Amino acid sequence: MTPTSGLHFKTSVLILIMISVAPLGDTFLGKGMKQIGAMPGWAPAQLYHFFFRAFTSGTIWIAIALLMAFFIAYLVVLSWADYSYVQPASSASYVLIALLAHFVLHEEISPTRWAGVAVICAGVFAVGHTQPSTSEHHSW
Amino acid sequence: MVTQIILYMMIVFVGTGGELFVSRAMKSVGEVTDFRPSAIARVVGRAMAQPKMWMGISLMALAFFALLGMLSMAKVSFVFPSTALSYAAGALGGKVFLREKVTPQRWFGVLLVCMGVVLVFLGKG
Repeated sequence: MTPTSGLHFKTSVLILIMISVAPLGDTFLGKGMKQIGAMPGWAPAQLYHFFFRAFTSGTIWIAIALLMAFFIAYLVVLSWADYSYVQPASSASYVLIALLAHFVLHEEISPTRWAGVAVICAGVFAVGHTQPSTSEHHSW
Repeated sequence: MVTQIILYMMIVFVGTGGELFVSRAMKSVGEVTDFRPSAIARVVGRAMAQPKMWMGISLMALAFFALLGMLSMAKVSFVFPSTALSYAAGALGGKVFLREKVTPQRWFGVLLVCMGVVLVFLGKG
């Protein structure tokens, strides 16, 4: 395995983990927040009460655990791959989010929105065939 | 509606700013070559010693709170695809602040993602 193909392989594996775990976490997050109800306003007391209810919800903590797993994979891959490569590549997760929202949360999704998800996938395909690391010297 | 717009802008721009700081911090830590849990834990420890990492995490936490607020009011199938607008902000930020070379093919991919986001917005039921 050449260094370049090895870099592509480990990048692909970690991005695959990212796009599998994050949509599940996002789905749990959406489910948990709907159980809590709409944010009542911007007053500190309202915000405190709202976020207190959010962070005492078991569903929200399952979501946070899944998103932490995503974040660790994300940190590792960013140690060698460019941010502008990783972020668009991970957008494949939007397909899974839409499918989970439709089949698990029973959300109605319009044909236009499905088309939007398909176009996002096409964008991901285009990005996936570029080199993962193109950084020049960093100065800040 | 105003609340949703404010939350949306926070998710996209504050979140992207946080991710750019995290990316810069991880490049300082160096490439991860050992994937054993203990080695990954050491990398995470080194990353947490970087001030830029804490700046990034703070901004991402703020964006996360905004995301919770948005999810309490809007559908999952709208919130997550629509916030993909951060891809454009990310590619631009990567080029300007991290000096990443964004190839024409990557720009094309980002453009397609943005067009998809527009369709998702138009398809809000």
